[in-house]
Amino acid sequence: MAEAKVLDGRSLVRRRAGLRLWLSAGWLTLLCIVALLAPWISPKDPLAQDLFLGRLPPFWVQGAEPGYWLGTDSLGRDVLSRIIHGARVALTVALVAGAITCVIGATLGLLAGFLRGWVDMVISRLIDIWMAFPPVLFSILLIAVLGPGLISIIIAIVVIDWTRFARVVRAEAMAQGAMDYVASARVAGRGRLGTMVREILPNVLPTIVVLLTLEMGIAVIVEAILSFVNLSISTDDPTWGGMIAEGRTSVHQAWWVLVFPLVTLFLTVLAFSQLGEGLKDRFDPVLR
Amino acid sequence: MSFLSIRNLSVRLKKGPPLLRRVSLDVAAGEVRGLVGESGAGKSMIGKAVLGILPPSIEVTEGEILLDGVDLLRLPLAERRKRIGAMAALIPQDPLTALNPSHRIGPQITDRLVDILGWTRPKADARARELLAEVQIPDPDRVLRSYPHELSGGMRQRILIASAFAAEPRLIVADEPTTALDVTVQKQILKLIAGMQARHGTALLFVTHDLGVVSKVCQKLSVLYAGMVVEDTSVTDFFAAPRHAYSAALLAATPKYTDPLAGLQPVPDAVIAAVQAEVAAFDKGVAHG
Repeated sequence: MAEAKVLDGRSLVRRRAGLRLWLSAGWLTLLCIVALLAPWISPKDPLAQDLFLGRLPPFWVQGAEPGYWLGTDSLGRDVLSRIIHGARVALTVALVAGAITCVIGATLGLLAGFLRGWVDMVISRLIDIWMAFPPVLFSILLIAVLGPGLISIIIAIVVIDWTRFARVVRAEAMAQGAMDYVASARVAGRGRLGTMVREILPNVLPTIVVLLTLEMGIAVIVEAILSFVNLSISTDDPTWGGMIAEGRTSVHQAWWVLVFPLVTLFLTVLAFSQLGEGLKDRFDPVLR
Repeated sequence: MSFLSIRNLSVRLKKGPPLLRRVSLDVAAGEVRGLVGESGAGKSMIGKAVLGILPPSIEVTEGEILLDGVDLLRLPLAERRKRIGAMAALIPQDPLTALNPSHRIGPQITDRLVDILGWTRPKADARARELLAEVQIPDPDRVLRSYPHELSGGMRQRILIASAFAAEPRLIVADEPTTALDVTVQKQILKLIAGMQARHGTALLFVTHDLGVVSKVCQKLSVLYAGMVVEDTSVTDFFAAPRHAYSAALLAATPKYTDPLAGLQPVPDAVIAAVQAEVAAFDKGVAHG
């Protein structure tokens, strides 16, 4: 009887975790499809201006124009189409910057945490020095040097955020390195690299996955911030941050220009972080 | 010729105090030697030094560790690893952290045999099944497919014992293998280790702080205090008449089932002072000589 109850409790937890996982994965999948098919599915040309159609409200408000589902901005550009095209930039940055940051940061963290000694000394001091730079100023400085553009944003994110992975993975690797199973592997004759890859890495992986999804969300935000201060890609191309910046100036006359990209951004970042938690619940062998 | 022979082994924290002071001991092939002493006496340190898993913050300052006649400390790192891997194994203290939570039991036992010792996969699999049967695990096939967290502590310790014997090592270091277990399970595990040791004829270095355990499984015994061997004797002689005052006090401190109301007998201050004086004299001798 008690046993059955416990089992029910477990399945309940799992189902909830599953719901979270599916909702966030669903939203991100939808976003990916939309971004891939943007040229074909966006109702209007995101760059086409029509001053006669400026500041049209979304479809359910009086005075809306058919075909402009989420209204238009002050230059008459279709908000929905711009959000759809903005997803391309946001997701590219999230995936590419997130992945590169993850690989570099996690590798350095793993090396520092497992090998210790002078390797740890060098990497840890590097992290300390790195983290003393204010990140926003650092990224603006970097973009100023590299020049605006998608590649510059990705480089800026990688250069700033690798420490996030390195620190956490280092601590985790150190904790795992003190476990008896690592000692057993060493006694059996596994080399240092083999022990690191076969014994430590699988146990650090759930943490890395969570960090990676968080990092993707952060990358989306960083891209939006840089677009907001006009340091992202060329100002003509639609980005969520750029739209928010433009919408800010006319928020009293046309709130939808600000609100829709903001909500999209919010949902996307939330989905990334929840995806990480959901994946962890599902794939951590101890929690499973 | 002893299979394992430690001669004047001293280790210390890098630029810190000594942790082992010229430790010498021998384990003959097929013999069980107990290593007892209070916490911090350096029992585990000896085992770790033998297996080459001292933490990086600790260094060996002098001495030899002869494994089958070859000084491990003089071998290059890769060869030392190879020799230890082929001849020795570890039964660790805490069964909860000694199995990798990310891997199933089967591969944890067999991967090392295949990757490092070059066994074929079917041979390793058969060996794993045979070993689990030998340590009396019911339904070995299911257990081999399980993750560590699905098994009980006693079960995991059985697996670790099986795993230690997998490659037929000639020396096993058991680092307090029963400390983390229930008293009821402890007894079974001890019997199991003793039985396996006898069947396989493995030399065993048994680290423990429990003299009751020593009396059950060991033939020889080294008593440590502050990294010094204060007594090296056979178990029968030790329990009949310990030679060193500290050993005698340690033996007297063991609670007795026959007279539970007698309470605990701490090691007398005078004995501690005497043995500490011995250690100090030793350090002075090292500094001057």
